[in-house]
Amino acid sequence: MKRGIITALLIFICFLLQCTVFRALAFGGIVPNLLIVLTASFGFMRGEKTGLLIGFFCGLLVDIFFASVIGFYALLYMYIGYMNGKFAAIFYPQDIKLPVALILCSDFLYGIGCYVILFLLRGRFEFTYYLLHIILPEIVYTIAVTLLLYPLILWINTGLERSELRSGKKFV
Amino acid sequence: MSPIVKRKGEKFTLPGKYLLFILTILCTALVLLTFNTKVFSGPLSAVAGYIVVPFEEGISVVGSWLSGRSEELVQIRELLARNEQLKQQVDELTIENTRLQQDRYELTNLRELYSLDAQYDEYEKTGARIIARDSGNWFYSFVINKGASDGIAVDMNVMAGSGLVGRVVDVGPNWAKVKSIIADDSNVSAMVLASADRMIVSGNLKLYASGVIEFEQLVDSDNVVVEGDKVVTSDISDKYLPGILIGYINTINRDANNLTKSGYITPAVDFEHLEEVLVIRQLKQTVPD
Repeated sequence: MKRGIITALLIFICFLLQCTVFRALAFGGIVPNLLIVLTASFGFMRGEKTGLLIGFFCGLLVDIFFASVIGFYALLYMYIGYMNGKFAAIFYPQDIKLPVALILCSDFLYGIGCYVILFLLRGRFEFTYYLLHIILPEIVYTIAVTLLLYPLILWINTGLERSELRSGKKFV
Repeated sequence: MSPIVKRKGEKFTLPGKYLLFILTILCTALVLLTFNTKVFSGPLSAVAGYIVVPFEEGISVVGSWLSGRSEELVQIRELLARNEQLKQQVDELTIENTRLQQDRYELTNLRELYSLDAQYDEYEKTGARIIARDSGNWFYSFVINKGASDGIAVDMNVMAGSGLVGRVVDVGPNWAKVKSIIADDSNVSAMVLASADRMIVSGNLKLYASGVIEFEQLVDSDNVVVEGDKVVTSDISDKYLPGILIGYINTINRDANNLTKSGYITPAVDFEHLEEVLVIRQLKQTVPD
């Protein structure tokens, strides 16, 4: 219950920051993708199911406010969360390399997904342009933000796990 | 042992891959359903609107206040230097002003001819503030703080200053989504004001950085359209009201087919610093003759 509320709050705050504050702080019109950081982090910290559920709700929020159809971003974020969940077995909180690498790959996949479905299918073929001007800058900015945001997410998750462990012990 | 068989005393849990499968089908169904219809957008946008929009409004007010203050500090020094420059310019402009007053008489006559300004005034408009911008980097749409309860409806045209910004594509009770004319998937039927030659103006992500939008399919058999000509929304568009300024022709090229022309338009609106917009409350489909 507590976990649910805190996670919902996190999704909510990240979405709000991404489309208001970070829009004002955009470098060359590019905003970092906080929702990908959130989805991927919970994916490899908590497993497939949490990853895909958080991805689904993040995507749904984007769909409602900014997409022309409902369901596309939900699907994209959900699969990214699920794939990150596959790495939960080799995740250790002390290690920062795996999370950064996974978030990098996730954002890259997200960019490719957006390009193929939303641009390539409409006949925009200049992939190298979109790669160099949209996808790569977004990855760089996202990774920079990850270095600040990820420790916070990790800290929240550790705190939650500890409090769940305590309340679990009470009943034994 | 099948993972979904319920055993006595064991809490029922659905494994990840089944959940993924179910949600995938759900999403695909939603995409197909909402591609042409607006079945779910009503309730979903109502719920999301009441939860998210108040916060977005608050944050964007604070954000614009903060960025305004920081800009002021930076600008003070710049302004002092510019003040000197401007004083000199005032002298030059006074001389020019007298010359221009002579031209004004001619301009008034031409205005009456176009009756463009009068046309704008006829439309009833509502001001709205932009409270959120697209969360991704692929399209350029934004959310405004007025919705169905303020009388906003889908397809209403949105302006800023004297130029066209876009149109409302989705509406919630207290918010509305505006797709701008510079978004990559947007097309507007337009015409050159001087010669009434029609064309299609479309947004392009590649041209964002250079601040222009492209136009194509301009049939200009008499070769009268030149750079700097005014481009307005055409009278045959079914979504846009006629005669709203889009921008000015920047570059014009003859297509390989030798029949049509294409090129770039400089929009009349500064999309980079857009904060407040005007929504025209009249729909094209209901304009009286």
